Amino acid sequence: MDFFVQQLVNGLTLGSVYALLALGYSIVYGILKLLNFAHGEVYMMGAFMGYFTLVALGGAASPAVPVALVLVLMFLVAGLSAGVLGVAIERFAYRPLRDAPRIAPLITALGMSFFLQSTALLLFSADVRNMDTSELISPSTGIHVGPLDISLVRILVILSAALLMVALARFVAQTKLGKAMRAVAYDREAAEMMGIDVDRTIVAAFFIGSVLAGAAGVMVGLVFDRVWHLMGFTAGLKAFTAAVVGGIGNIPGAMLGGLLIGLAEAFTAGYISTTFQNLIVFGILIVVMLVRPTGLLGSPAIEKV
Amino acid sequence: MPPVGVDEWVARVEERREQRAGLLGQALAAWDRIAPVWRLVLFAALVASVPFVTDSDFIIRVGVNTLLLAMLALGLNIVVGWAGLLDLGYIAFYGFGAYTYALLASDQIDVHLASWLAIVCVVVACALLGFLLGLPSRRLIGDYLAIVTLFFGQVFVEVVTNLDRVTLPGKDEPVDITGGPNGIAGVDPIQLFGFEFLTPTDYFYLSLVVLVILIGGLYLIDNSRTGRAWRAIREDPLAAGLMTMPVKRLKLMAFAFGAAVAGLAGAIFAALQIGVFPRNFETPFLILIYAAVILGGAGSIKGMLAGAAVVGISFELLREPDEASWIFYGGVLLALVLTVRPWRRLAAVLAGVVVLGLALHAVVGGLWPDAVAGSPRADWALSSAIDNWLLLPDDPKTIGNWAFVVLVVAVVWLSQAGRRARLLALVPLVYLGAFVWENRLMLDPSVTRQLMLGALLIVVMILRPAGLFGAKRIEVA
Repeated sequence: MDFFVQQLVNGLTLGSVYALLALGYSIVYGILKLLNFAHGEVYMMGAFMGYFTLVALGGAASPAVPVALVLVLMFLVAGLSAGVLGVAIERFAYRPLRDAPRIAPLITALGMSFFLQSTALLLFSADVRNMDTSELISPSTGIHVGPLDISLVRILVILSAALLMVALARFVAQTKLGKAMRAVAYDREAAEMMGIDVDRTIVAAFFIGSVLAGAAGVMVGLVFDRVWHLMGFTAGLKAFTAAVVGGIGNIPGAMLGGLLIGLAEAFTAGYISTTFQNLIVFGILIVVMLVRPTGLLGSPAIEKV
Repeated sequence: MPPVGVDEWVARVEERREQRAGLLGQALAAWDRIAPVWRLVLFAALVASVPFVTDSDFIIRVGVNTLLLAMLALGLNIVVGWAGLLDLGYIAFYGFGAYTYALLASDQIDVHLASWLAIVCVVVACALLGFLLGLPSRRLIGDYLAIVTLFFGQVFVEVVTNLDRVTLPGKDEPVDITGGPNGIAGVDPIQLFGFEFLTPTDYFYLSLVVLVILIGGLYLIDNSRTGRAWRAIREDPLAAGLMTMPVKRLKLMAFAFGAAVAGLAGAIFAALQIGVFPRNFETPFLILIYAAVILGGAGSIKGMLAGAAVVGISFELLREPDEASWIFYGGVLLALVLTVRPWRRLAAVLAGVVVLGLALHAVVGGLWPDAVAGSPRADWALSSAIDNWLLLPDDPKTIGNWAFVVLVVAVVWLSQAGRRARLLALVPLVYLGAFVWENRLMLDPSVTRQLMLGALLIVVMILRPAGLFGAKRIEVA
């Protein structure tokens, strides 16, 4: 029972990170129909920015400012720099190809992902950085009742992820920009004719998605204590799977998919074998795509000819 | 000129094709007049003469790797260039071929098939695997296919890395199938018609013969019913289906053909390397194949050969600092010559770069002697000139990192700026590029090679999606 609860918490933590990442994929895919391979790398860069913020503030052992402020600053710096990076990628690499054949931006995205990965390798070297979270937030804090054994970091991560997701859902549902995003996703040309600034909307989508990715990067750095240049690629793939499983372009779907993939991975790691984590995710992807290509919450696609 | 997709552009395609001016245009036109068979013979003779000109082992090895890359590019071209399916798991077929050959011809499971039989098995097995992976492609389009195949590539590496302790039913001891991270060593050399292929030169000729046969076969397929049908489903699967083309079967065929070619290349690679290791088949190599395909121009056989030659050879030469310097400065000069017109402006830019460098070197070097205390990393013709022109700090790593970031930001910003700003910024940008190159990129050649591959994919797709030889797509919106 203890073990089960532990895996459940692990799965929820991992799942909220995947969900945040999946949201970024989903928003961009919904609007541009572009699979942004570089999203995982934006997340990796965010994690690095969070790490460097922590180091600049004196490190986990002796932070110069209160711990709460350290965390807030880490999220802020990582989120903002990731957001700027996302917007830069859109402007430089994707905008010129917006009307090109579908395969062209995909290859550019692949190249961008590889470029960012190598950039991180060049700038930050191949060392794995540890945030030493246990020194920042003592692992003994948190909920420790009976079989429950949840550290404060995990609670923080799950809560802040949930907060971000709710904020995003409300943003998309209620603000003008959110409405514009939905309109552009539904029909770009028609939205343009109705006076929506499509370029600005797309930039906003990239910015928001990348901010979430940056935040997710900091969370992973805090919980799993490993920040390195290859962390983005597989995580990105899995998060995209999560977005597909939930129904791409669908915000609650991305959250549900993220949690499902996270739980599946945690339980696979716990009960079957850690080496086959990725295989299981891959299996889920294939099954969902074959059985229900529109995802769990997606509505059937209307094909325009 | 109106952008792609505008009617005027479409109307003037033939016209523009005719007016090939200049030496290069005439050479291309002359090349086109030669019959295809003779073109192939000429190409083969040219490549075959390489081992006669040099006896350097390094060059021969680069040659073999480039020939294998050309094979892979041709195979990938079937799937991506002709059928228009984005297969990001292509590398797995190459790996599967290599591993299958290694298993069928080594002590690993103590099977030593005759080479021809092993190669036939490899090709058939890869085609089957391609067929299986192609099955989901009947339902998945575009990005979904890309993600499934990309996952497949990742899973392949993971599986071969972990299949070293497999518990089979009926056996107590775990069985080692793929050798795990250590791979399989001691693969038999290929033996065909009583000849044993041992040295890299042997494999050079073997790869060349296979490549020539492949080119011939692909040329025929390209002009066959199937080839035309593939291009039709790339342009518009719906219309192709309406014209009674078996779209799903054609997609599966493309996958199987491409996989078989990759498997063949993999078998040769395994025999050449006398072993197979999981890290030979990871994403960087996939990017390399894609870079060759994209640079050459997806869809064109000629383009695949050119792309593989440029990417393969320069990728290998970037390992060596001296050759890498030639490639870098030559590449920058070529890019300037091709983009800056008229020649007076080009001369002004070049002179500006030289003057700026000398001035900076004098001023900054006078103020902080440390900034010029380093020396060029490479020892080549222009080393001493560069030493007097470029700021070379003593400990360049940190400043090089920052300069790299500034360079990337500047390039991104300039891509958004107007023409005038671009021209003005060109001189400092070239200098900054050289600074980053000497002070940072040369320190880590392996990372630099990866960076350049990624940048190549992005830049080629943005500036010239058709690559060197690909036909521009004619789309009427």
